[in-house]
Order: sequence, then structure tokens, then C-alpha cells
Amino acid sequence: MKYIDEFRDGKLAQSLGGAIARTANANRRYRFMEFCGGHTHAIARYGVTDLLPPNVRMIHGPGCPVCVLPIGRIDMAIEIARRPQVILATYGDTLRVPASGRLSLLKAKAQGADVRMVYSTQDAVRLAEQHPEREVVMFAIGFETTTPPTALAIKEAEAKGLDNFFVFCNHVLTPSAISHILESPEVRDIGTVPIDGFVGPAHVSTIIGSRPYEFFAEEYQKPVVIAGFEPLDVMQAILMLVRQVNDGRCEVENEFTRAVSREGNLKAQSLVAEVFELRREFEWRGLGAVPYSALRLKDKYAAYDAERHYGVADRQVADHKACECGAILRGVKQPADCKLFGTACTPENPLGSCMVSSEGACAAHYTYGRFRDIARKTAAGGAAT
Amino acid sequence: MKRGFTRALDFRHGQVEMTHGSGGRAMAQLVEELFVACFDNEALRRLDDQAQVEVPPGRLVIATDSHVVSPLFFPGGDIGCLSVHGTINDVAMAGARPLYLAASFILEEGLPLSDLRRIVVSMAEASRTAGVPVVTGDTKVVERGNGDGVFITTTGVGVVPDGVNVSGSRARPGDVVLVSGTMGDHGVAIMSLRENLSFGTTIQSDTAALHDLVAAMLDSVPDIHCLRDPTRGGLATTLNELARQSGVGIVIGESSIPVRGAVNSACEFLGLDPLYVANEGKLIAICAPADAEGLLAAMRGHPLGREAAIVGEVIEDEHAFVQMDTAFGGRRVVDWLTGDQLPRIC
Repeated sequence: MKYIDEFRDGKLAQSLGGAIARTANANRRYRFMEFCGGHTHAIARYGVTDLLPPNVRMIHGPGCPVCVLPIGRIDMAIEIARRPQVILATYGDTLRVPASGRLSLLKAKAQGADVRMVYSTQDAVRLAEQHPEREVVMFAIGFETTTPPTALAIKEAEAKGLDNFFVFCNHVLTPSAISHILESPEVRDIGTVPIDGFVGPAHVSTIIGSRPYEFFAEEYQKPVVIAGFEPLDVMQAILMLVRQVNDGRCEVENEFTRAVSREGNLKAQSLVAEVFELRREFEWRGLGAVPYSALRLKDKYAAYDAERHYGVADRQVADHKACECGAILRGVKQPADCKLFGTACTPENPLGSCMVSSEGACAAHYTYGRFRDIARKTAAGGAAT
Repeated sequence: MKRGFTRALDFRHGQVEMTHGSGGRAMAQLVEELFVACFDNEALRRLDDQAQVEVPPGRLVIATDSHVVSPLFFPGGDIGCLSVHGTINDVAMAGARPLYLAASFILEEGLPLSDLRRIVVSMAEASRTAGVPVVTGDTKVVERGNGDGVFITTTGVGVVPDGVNVSGSRARPGDVVLVSGTMGDHGVAIMSLRENLSFGTTIQSDTAALHDLVAAMLDSVPDIHCLRDPTRGGLATTLNELARQSGVGIVIGESSIPVRGAVNSACEFLGLDPLYVANEGKLIAICAPADAEGLLAAMRGHPLGREAAIVGEVIEDEHAFVQMDTAFGGRRVVDWLTGDQLPRIC
């Protein structure tokens, strides 16, 4: 595949791995958080950690839109979907997220709710056109990458005069989540999560540009390297982070120059600004209520707002008691540290959200990397005897 | 007495009606003018409720498979030939020679008779080419809205020759894993037609009957340990089945697995992994290391195995993991398919 294989080249990977090992100071540890689920997935799928020296470790961040969606929001979506007149259009990953009462959208569908998987918001608009007698609700989730398409769908519905298209908006914002992590006691005071730098978002940054990260780099003195989602992108970004740490620099660097500029996509930004406004706060799974971290529809577009149309109220539902998704999303724990991991919680029967999406830290580790836990356990057992 | 006139079935404008499944004259007519006419063979012509056939000595193999693919017609095939190939392959994966098929149709009221005929003609052609006749069958009709055009269940019987002992539980550490060709063609061909997934592609379904290839393989290497066709769940899931059944681990090399460029691109675009995409005309074989080169040559010598390749080896592993050395240089688990990558694929 042209323009893809070039970024997955095994030989280049070996030499980049060598460069990282040579550049990294053997007397210190480097811990970088990859914010995005896309990076988590690439690291696990291509086995990037096998190519890193042992003193460079990656910490998975909360950048998986499905994972950070709290149970309460899924419950609201199910409540909307169960109305007989409603067709709920959703991205595939959201279908299996566990909700209250052992439900999920997939189970609600089996019980009769009309839930349909779509690949884009445009498909949802098309559904509304095809079914004028029904009400089509787009279950809109995601970071800045998926927000402009939702805005576009609303504009399209407006232009077409559709009065049966609605959006259940759950769009969240990356920069506020990163600040929230950096403000958390584990990172700031206790130091249980020493983060030496960030691999910055790929697709999100194509929209918002690299400028929004300049604040953290400066304020929190953490280097940020924006990287693409291909494995070589990630490795190159790691090398750049190691160099910054060695030099004592805390800058925003851009590895993903083929797609990301400092200003980002201005057209998309103005479209989003036209349709959406900030919510005062929004609950994130694992992070709790994060101020000004999500979007809702402006009053001007209230007619398309499913929350207002159906009068569904925001609710808070506690996660499973033993579920460590929260700590994992903050980087405090690793998937294998969770008692439920691989036992009660598997990709087939996920209890926590990190096990649902392939971008979730637990699912990625379970699907691609869990043989390492066994090797680790065996090694530990061998050392003890 | 003069025989009553029966108007011939209107295969151009007609459609399936409830009476076609009611056991009356309309059903008898459908059976005679379509099924018997197309499948035509001695056992079927007797019009009994069952088929009586001769069976050569050996162990009898029975396999059954339901087909619910949507859409009914896709690039490279249709539900008709698929339902013949699918069951023949299930029989053949025991190392058996498939002998006869039974076919059961669930038709939805309103299905155009022209579509039904196209499907039955394709089935008949597939069965004739494979040399495995459809000797008995059944037809039911459900009300409009209670089916999706047509569902076909086929059952196949075959006989395993003496000395052949193929089973999913026979993989042993050190054994070699082979595939008969490119992975993911069928699934991507179906996806290319699905609602909302329309993109132009030249990928054809690989649907094919593999018993002839299996016979050629057994001629060359009688002691093949395992055979299985990687249908739903693709190569990844089938290897996991074999690993679990045999209580072994399997390590494959990503760069040795044949995948067409167009399939790779389509999967990239859709966020799918070709290792999990369905095949309908490919098989996985596992044999002793000493037999591997001979088996590979036998496969490549057959038209359905030209792109065959050695893709990995069996290792000792009590956890029965399937692992892959990535082309990138790392190693990872290749896990069971989770959820449903794409429903109604076969």
C-alpha cells in the first residue's frame, strides 16, 4: 500500500530503535504518555515496545473516545434508542460499551431498539432522509477529529430542511483532558505517575493545530511531540522526546508535518465554533467531572439537540467497584494491575470501557500483548525459586 | 382422461408465494420445474422424501452449513454456489471425498423467481463442477418480512479413505503451518457491496470447492495433521481454534501471509484486519516439518493453491496463544475475533 507501507518499514524501525537506545541515557528512565488511543493501538499492534530499550516506557493515556464515555451517557443513549419512533445511529465501537443493568446498545438492539451502525454522520443524515416517519438520532462521540463531521451533518440537515434528525452530542476536548491529567495529584504532587513528555495527538491535531499544546509545554514544563498514527511515526516521536529530555527542552515539536500545521484546519474550527459551545463541565470516565471539556449544541441549533428534544437528564452512574479503568486512563495503573483484567473482564464480556474499543489500553493489551504478562510472571516465579 | 393444464412457472415476472411451500401442486411444480430440472440426477428424480445412495467403504463424514449471506449476489459468486462450496469444504477438511449433498431452502414470500432460478442454476453448476450431486432437499416459504430473500442449508456426506487421519487436534510442536492462497478476498468482496460501504473494487470472492485440492495434497502427503478452511473470523480465529484444540501455540510471520494489495487497502480504509476477514475458497494445512516442502509443492501445483505459502510453525505453549512476528519487527498476540466484524458474510 503506497503511502502506508513506508511508515511500517521493519528495517527503518530497527534503525530507529537503535537510535533511541543510543540516544537514551542509560542512567535514567524515560516515561512518555501517548495521549491517543490510536497511538496505543499502533504500539500494541506492531509491537513497538519490543523495539524500545528497557528504560523507555510508554504510559497509555485517556485518548480513546469510547473509553472516556461515562456509563450515564450510554444509559441516556439507550433511553433515547428505546423510543419506538427513534433510529439511533452510532459508530460501531460504541455498541458494546457496558451500561447500567447489564445492558449495552447491542443488547438494547436485541431487545428491539432500532440501533444502526454507521460509518459517518452523513450516513445518519441519509437515514433521516430515507425514513421521514422516524426520528434519527446520531450518537455523536469523539474528540476534535469527529466534531467537524457532526457540525457538517447538522448544517446539511438544516439545508435539507430535515426536522427528524437529531444529535446526541458527547464531543470532548483534548487540551482540557491533558491539563486535567497534569493537574492530578498523582502527576503533580505524589509523583506516582512521572510523565517526562507526551506523544501528542495525530488526527486531533490536524484540526486544532499544534498551537494549543504550547501552553502545557510552557506551563507544566513537559515536552510534546505531535505524531502520526503509524508505528514509525510513534518511534520517531519517541526519539524526539528523548532528545528534548536530554537537552532539558520543553517544546512542542511536530513529527506529523505531513498533516499538521501550527494553526490547524481553520475551516473546520470555524464550523465547530458556529454550531457548538463549551459545556461548563462534563463527566469523563476515569477523570471525573472535567471543567470546560466538552461541547454541546448552541441555542441556534437547539432544534437538532437530542438531549433537549427528548428531555433526557444527565446522570451519574458509578463504575464497577473493582474496575480500574479510571486509574488506567490516568496512567496510574497498567491493565494487568486490574483484578478483573482477563478474568471477569475480556473483550467478549467487557466490564470496563478500556476493554471495549480496540483503542482502549486494556483491549489493546489483551488482544496484542498479554503473552508478555505470562513471560513476566514466569520470569518472576523463576527468580523467586 | 385429458391431463389438466398447468401454466409453466413464470421465471421472468413471477415471485415466490406462500403456496410454493404449502405441500400442494404449486410446490410440486416448483420442485419439478426448478429443483429437479436444475440438479437433475437419478436419486432426485425418484421424488422420494429422502435419497437412497451407494456409499463406498470408509469412515462416513457428515457436515452441515447454513447460508444467510447478504447480498445474495456478490462479485465472484452468490448464495447458491457458496452453499455448495461451503459444505463440500467442511467435508473435505476431514480429508474426505465428498459424495452427496442435501439442500434445504427457506424462501421469503415475494422473492423474484428469476433470482431463485439464478441461485439454483448457480448451485447446480457448482455441484456439477465439483462432482457432488444434490440428491435430496426441502423447501419452506415464510411470509414477507420474516426472511431475507432466501436462506440455504446444505448437508454433505463423504468418506475418508483409509490411512488418512486429519483432525484439528493433531498439531504438534515443530509442525509447519501453510495457507493455500491470499487471505480476506471473500469478506472484502461482500463488503464492497454492502449498504453504506460502497467503494469500487476489483476484488472477487474466492468461493470455491477445495476437495480436489485436498485430494492432490493427500496424494503427495498422506499424513497431513490438520486441515481447516478459514471462513468466518478469518485466518486469525481459525488458527486460534486449531491451537486450542491441539493444546499448542502457533507463531506466524506477518510478511509471509499472502494478502492482495486491494484487500489490504480496503481493510486499511475500513479499519479491519485482513487476518480476521472471511475466506470461502482457502484452507490452512498443518503437517510435519519434513513434509512441508512437498505439501507446498503439491498445493502450488493445483489451480486453487497457486499462491500457497508457508506462514508459520507450531510451538509448545500451554496457553495456546497464536503469536505473530510483525513485519515491523515486534511480536504480538493474534487473538480470537471479538464481536462481529461484519455480520451475514456467508
